[in-house]
Amino acid sequence: MITLSVNGASHTLDVEPDTPLLYVLRDTLALHGPKFGCGLAQCGACTVIIDGKAIRSCVTPVETVASRTVTTLEGLGSVAKPHPIQTAFIEAQAAQCGYCINGMIMTSKALLDQNPAPSDREIRLALADNLCRCGTHQRILEAVKRAAKRMGRRF
Amino acid sequence: MVTARTTRREFIKGTGVLIVGFGLAEPMRAALGQPAPAGKTVATDEVDAFLSIARDGGVSVFTGKVDLGTGIRVALRQMAAEELDVPVDRINLVEGDTALTPDQGPTWGSLSVQVGGVQIRQAAATARKALVDMAAARLGVSSGELEVKFGIVRVRADMTKSASYAELIGDQEFHLKLDKNAPLKKPAEYTVVGKSLPRPDVPAKVTGEHTYMHDFRVPGMLHARVVRPPALGAQLTGVDESSIGSIKGLTRVVRLGNFLAVVAETEWAAIKAAERLKSSWSAWEGLPEMDKLYQVVRATPVAKDEITVNVGDPKSALASAAKTLAATYEFAIHTHGSIGPSCAVADVRDGSATIWSASQAPHWLRRELSAMLGIPVALIRVHYLDGAGCYGRNGHEDAAADAALLSREVGRPVRVQWMRHDEHGWDPKGPPTLVELKGGLDAGGSIVAWQSEFWIPKLSAITDGVPLIAATLAGLPRKEAINPGNIFQNSAPSYPFPNAHALVHRLETTPFRPSWIRTPGRMQNTYANEAFMDELAAAAGADPVEFRLRHLKDPRGVEVLKAAATAAKWETRASPRKAAAKAAIAAGRGVTYVKYENVRTYVAAVAEVVVERRSGAIRVMRVVVAHDCGLVINPDGVRAQIEGNVIQTVSRTLKEELKWDRSRVTSVDWKSYPILTFPEVPEVVSVLINRPDQPPWGAGEPAAAVVPSAISNAVFDAIGVRLRTVPYTPERVRAAILAET
Repeated sequence: MITLSVNGASHTLDVEPDTPLLYVLRDTLALHGPKFGCGLAQCGACTVIIDGKAIRSCVTPVETVASRTVTTLEGLGSVAKPHPIQTAFIEAQAAQCGYCINGMIMTSKALLDQNPAPSDREIRLALADNLCRCGTHQRILEAVKRAAKRMGRRF
Repeated sequence: MVTARTTRREFIKGTGVLIVGFGLAEPMRAALGQPAPAGKTVATDEVDAFLSIARDGGVSVFTGKVDLGTGIRVALRQMAAEELDVPVDRINLVEGDTALTPDQGPTWGSLSVQVGGVQIRQAAATARKALVDMAAARLGVSSGELEVKFGIVRVRADMTKSASYAELIGDQEFHLKLDKNAPLKKPAEYTVVGKSLPRPDVPAKVTGEHTYMHDFRVPGMLHARVVRPPALGAQLTGVDESSIGSIKGLTRVVRLGNFLAVVAETEWAAIKAAERLKSSWSAWEGLPEMDKLYQVVRATPVAKDEITVNVGDPKSALASAAKTLAATYEFAIHTHGSIGPSCAVADVRDGSATIWSASQAPHWLRRELSAMLGIPVALIRVHYLDGAGCYGRNGHEDAAADAALLSREVGRPVRVQWMRHDEHGWDPKGPPTLVELKGGLDAGGSIVAWQSEFWIPKLSAITDGVPLIAATLAGLPRKEAINPGNIFQNSAPSYPFPNAHALVHRLETTPFRPSWIRTPGRMQNTYANEAFMDELAAAAGADPVEFRLRHLKDPRGVEVLKAAATAAKWETRASPRKAAAKAAIAAGRGVTYVKYENVRTYVAAVAEVVVERRSGAIRVMRVVVAHDCGLVINPDGVRAQIEGNVIQTVSRTLKEELKWDRSRVTSVDWKSYPILTFPEVPEVVSVLINRPDQPPWGAGEPAAAVVPSAISNAVFDAIGVRLRTVPYTPERVRAAILAET
């Protein structure tokens, strides 16, 4: 049995301890925000925030995060009550297929928490290991800048 | 056969299609997974196939096209809403359910609005006319005295007299053929078409609430992973099931010929089992040497020659030209590279099948699965769910076949998701392209002769689809097709030269199972044509924009070219830039023009690049695109498509190249098949030329066609070196610099 704190709720789960966190979130807890993209920590689609850091859940065994705080995309906001970053992505229409967007938002969240007023270059570098195939990059950059403004900080 | 005719109310209750709003309707409808309701027509000449109006006034629009992330989910609703005069948010769009939606062909070729949307628009216009006539009869006036607003037909002179669509037809069928003469609204009266309405799916996609294919689950479902052969043509000689006996949750190893897979209660158990399963295979080394690819292409037997333009006498014109040029262009094999590997759920039981898939072609997939499984088409229902972008025929269909076969074997619903190496290793590939061009200039610097030859794989029959991997490996019925899409398109140049000849050799084979990847053929052919056009401009000492205008008669073409040049603040002069050639870091600009497929959307682009001579690294700084796709339905949607086309194609042009050894694909992850990253992404500026009085043409592909040549031309402008092989990796750029200095 592993106890996990996800989006403010505690769960005690009967899962194989070597299971990557991603499958526990998606299959056991039905949190579909994080996505399977590569299983190799190369693309960022599976990103969650653990203790304030953007982490690739596809290569993180669930046993290693038992005592830590996990936040997924669902933990930020909902359609009814979106987080300012999510609102910014909606305003910028920053999604085509949208499969990578979880990683973009979670990585941006970790960035903005550390650096509330990032430059264009800092945003690009923060997202350098998050892949998007549709070519939505320009809108994603715009959304992150909007989010920074929206969150009441200058940049 | 399912022949029982259900009533309309049963059909509505049974499918939940009239629940308005995508967040609810799509997953619920799909989750039901019921046998096909027989009451609803899907015949493409019937109005009822495309739309229905409920008692509460809600409108359902049914389309065989699917939103692959391109925004047609709002654009098609705009087209229907405009013609019906109902609010957009009263329209529920049902996509890609083979039981409910008409087969409008695959979602490909930049045709969803141009063909699919226009069909829906005509169905809506036919329905509107019928509804107005019904209202006229009911209200005792002539149709000419009526107007429609918000789905209510009113007498213009007496607004108290009205009848709503719901009252006129609510829950009833139209029983009308699509009327191609049904009057369409005048563009000047548009209130919905032409507006940048936001996409309905974005809020749920950015909050984790959207149900993607990959998120979809059904009760009792098992997880599977495939174990592909270590060499493309290897035969399975043995499986040691004891190698994975200790994995908790493992259900079964399924072996059918060379098809091998593991099925488990949990995803992780399936992944571990697939990784650890010991299997033995015969050796196979049937792939060509990678560095001899284009020699192999050139030596491949020709199945058929096609001539795509034949004007005047280019041979004589070339012989008497004041100046002649020749060049060879090559374009690498590409993978689709979906961010989410292909995934499907199948429930094959009791002689029928329900499939959930992100396929761009649910109706085609149904036929292909029918052939493979031996189950009649009518007993198979395919539901579309959003996947990661596929950009053509990627592995979604193959994953559906994997899942269907496994579900049949284990008697329970099965979910298959490919691993990253399955996706990169086994999705069908965009085939290699080889092009040779010859051109002649007269003394005044105009093109008098154009001769081109293309080497590209043949197309067996477009409707054959692409052979399913599961069918091939398991030795099940399938069509032995070679289907790279209509890749001859744009082999003919976009200019009316006096003497021109384009000869397309359609080859018997190509090294990897081919399919279409965004802008198939049009991209490769435009690359060769427009880079060579630039070579001729340089040979003539002419400014590249002016040189193109010199040869262009089509006024819409002239306008996009001028619009791109103006927006990019194009500096008129010949390439290459003087004195810049020796600089360590040089900047340049290049232009390209295309008339898509020589008959539709006009695009011109200016690319601005910086080249570092020593490293050979190219950075594309900005791409300015002028775009005329006729009537623009949703301007922001078109801009998003232009941005996506450009950025994806910058990636393909600078970085992407399939790698392999004699047995298999070796570029099976994002390290070995890198794509463009945020620090490398250019600014994209789009200029839309809207023509409300013209038909709406496609925007999903055309802007990709202009990118490789615009970059090549910009690099030539910067450093005076011509890049003739995609991708322009730093090694290739360095080699090209060495070759020319």
